[in-house]
Amino acid sequence: MNLTLFLLALFDGIAYAALVFIVAVGLTLIFGVMRILNVAHGSLYAMGAYLTASLTTFIVAAGLPPIFAFPCMLVSAVLIGAVIGGPLEWLLLRRIYHKPEVLQLLVTFAIFMILEDVQRLVWGTQPIFQSAALQLLGNVRVFSVNYTVYQLILLPMVAVALLLGLRFFLRRTVAGKLIVATTEDREAAQAIGIDADKVFLLTFIVGAGLAGLGGALASPTTSILPGIGADMIVLSFAVVATAGLGQIEGAALTALLIGLGRSFAVYVWPETQVLVPYLIMVAVLLVRPEGLFGSPAARKI
Amino acid sequence: MTHLLETKGLEIRFGGVVAADNITLQIDAGKNLAIIGPNGAGKTTFLNICTGWLKPASGKVYFEGRDVTPLSPRAITRLGVARAFQIPQLFTEHTALENLLIATAARDRLRNPIRALKDTRQRAEMMHLLDMINCTDAAHQQVDELSEGQRKLIDIAVALALRPKLLLMDEPTSGVASSEKFDVMEILVKALAEAEVTAVFVEHDMGIVERYADEVAVWNMGKIELRGTPQEVLEHPDVIRDVIGEVA
Amino acid sequence: MFIRITIPTLLLMVLALVPFVAPGMQVLLTLALAKGIAVMGITVLLRSGQVSFGHALYFAIAAYGGAFTLMLMPGADLIVVFVFGIIAAVLSGIIVGLFVARYRFIFFAMLNLAFSMIFWSILEKFYHYTGGADGMRLPRPTVMWIELERGAYELVMFYLALALALGLGWFSMRWLDSPTGQLFRTIKTNETRLQYLGMSPQRVMLTGYVLSALLCGVGGIIMGLVQGVVTPEYAFWVRSGEMVFIAVLGGAGSVPGALVGAAIYEIVRTYASAFAGDIWQLVLGTFLLIIILFAPGGIAGIYSGVMDRIAGKKEEGE
Repeated sequence: MNLTLFLLALFDGIAYAALVFIVAVGLTLIFGVMRILNVAHGSLYAMGAYLTASLTTFIVAAGLPPIFAFPCMLVSAVLIGAVIGGPLEWLLLRRIYHKPEVLQLLVTFAIFMILEDVQRLVWGTQPIFQSAALQLLGNVRVFSVNYTVYQLILLPMVAVALLLGLRFFLRRTVAGKLIVATTEDREAAQAIGIDADKVFLLTFIVGAGLAGLGGALASPTTSILPGIGADMIVLSFAVVATAGLGQIEGAALTALLIGLGRSFAVYVWPETQVLVPYLIMVAVLLVRPEGLFGSPAARKI
Repeated sequence: MTHLLETKGLEIRFGGVVAADNITLQIDAGKNLAIIGPNGAGKTTFLNICTGWLKPASGKVYFEGRDVTPLSPRAITRLGVARAFQIPQLFTEHTALENLLIATAARDRLRNPIRALKDTRQRAEMMHLLDMINCTDAAHQQVDELSEGQRKLIDIAVALALRPKLLLMDEPTSGVASSEKFDVMEILVKALAEAEVTAVFVEHDMGIVERYADEVAVWNMGKIELRGTPQEVLEHPDVIRDVIGEVA
Repeated sequence: MFIRITIPTLLLMVLALVPFVAPGMQVLLTLALAKGIAVMGITVLLRSGQVSFGHALYFAIAAYGGAFTLMLMPGADLIVVFVFGIIAAVLSGIIVGLFVARYRFIFFAMLNLAFSMIFWSILEKFYHYTGGADGMRLPRPTVMWIELERGAYELVMFYLALALALGLGWFSMRWLDSPTGQLFRTIKTNETRLQYLGMSPQRVMLTGYVLSALLCGVGGIIMGLVQGVVTPEYAFWVRSGEMVFIAVLGGAGSVPGALVGAAIYEIVRTYASAFAGDIWQLVLGTFLLIIILFAPGGIAGIYSGVMDRIAGKKEEGE
């Protein structure tokens, strides 16, 4: 492998890891606070991507400058979080917090099935490609490699900003501390006057919005077609499981690990690119069932 | 002479709390030991270490002379150490009788894939066990519908069904109405004697300890403070101050 | 008691007569029975409180195992194809099971999903061996080394599926009541006690897991042989989801419910696909939510509720 290929694989991996992290952090945040794995998370990612592509295409067709593609991304993420995530938590998930875990899984799986068809109804089955935002930022040259600014600089910047922002929010702000308190002991939190229902609702909206944001940011870099949601939920689960469920910083590192593993596989043995993330996950879980950064749950008896 | 159970220098701490500090103890067959002490003294931790649920930072546990420190709860159970819990650990979607039969299925490694568990020949034996603990009428009730006291008894019976040599019980009479505590212990001690099982039990009721223990060990802040016969221990001024005083 | 048995017996007799009374339904019901057998695998798992989103894996492995058998041994008999397909499913069930049996709930469900997606992508990518998205053909094998016409072959497959559904259904119910099955069911309520009975929860879980892989495998090989072709779609999450849906529809944990659920599902799907084909997942998901929230006992629960009411009325009348 020469330097050019190495750099290409490295950049691919970083760009990919940034996207996967943005989605996975939403999944792990929801799990950390609500103890629910949202199987429909991948669908929210896909819908974020579709929505951004549609809005951008509309704006470009309306003659507005392509720079408006970026506000479109934010609008999409907010819409996914508030218009889809909010009602999901409020109407459905709220009914199942006290039910057996199997039922919780089945409910989010049912939502996943529904949303996969909703996407096809709204956006059809033809691949959609809208890269205005990607082209707008142009390329950057690193040694012998030309790479897009969007993927090499913007995506990692967003991911890092998100990581730092979340850390700051959860550890330094009152609202964040309230969320953490609710996570650790829901009943005690309610006893001191925290509205746990509100915390859950907001957490789910933010988590769903992050899935939407991941999709929005991914939309200029890839063709959007049915099935990307299913791929993304399994992949982001692999990331959060490898890190340890609920581990935000850990998710960043494992996203990088899995992203790089996958992108180097593309250049070394392309057939295995889909397999590499799972091989990494299985290898980690064989050695550490609780994930790289998780702590084993000790049951009190 | 080999002791039934022996621990040497057990140490464990959780964060800053010392839960076991140089715990060295011998338990001999046929002598029922009561463990007393204030809450948080490390009594349950001791049971957890002896059964392999927790691993001590240092020290050893020997069962019948064999080092069982590194073994899992499963392996230690197989050697003949059974455990009853402070909060009954039962199969809540099964009946009392089924709970006991499942224990025999594990004990005898029953493998027949199409013969119903309720039709096994162990059924009569388990009905007898239920009879011994006065729970015959609960046999066909789902255990989560039983009273707390009955569930405690079933929990102990599940452990007894394994035909252990040593039975560790964590507060067998907690959750039992105080008027019934002696009845429950009477039943238990008879069942234990019939099964020839040595018992170690954590207990807060000094009346129970006085009447049913052959020996008493006093735990305090992760240490064994005192050990002796019930008379010696219960009349000791430190014990009256630290333990009995707190309970009363 | 009498009435509870009457209805299933009548249903069975009607089912056995289908090839003569309603030949148009025969293939449809064969496929329904195949799915029903696979769904029994999910049902068995549900009894331990676990759900798998990836059991189509074993469905596909058995069918591909059969296809490879027919490719490498042209003219192999039905029995041989069956045996090799099921061995493939069971072996992979053991290997994957050794890994996933340590996990519960979210991890169990999602790791199974991950394994099925891995297999699915292998099937798609390594098309030199697997035929890619076009899949592999399963040419009609001989039956007891006799060449059969299509009609006779389909008739054999119908009765074979029926016999296997009944036999394996009976076995699964007996197994769930057996010592091993009862130990398996305790995973749902108390693994701590299970360990303190001297048992390994992983090993207990593994036995049930392998049984579920076997059942899914039997369903898959029948499906492959009747359709004459197996595609990666066999392993896709949509099919796993369908199995979970039918298991919940039939009644979470009810073995007969799995078969009845599969039959109802397959019939409704055949007639509804004309106008709901595009939104099938949406319809399934919505129904799944309705069942979970409002009728968690599924068909089996509704049936025994109705029977209780009839029995209750009778007692009042007497």
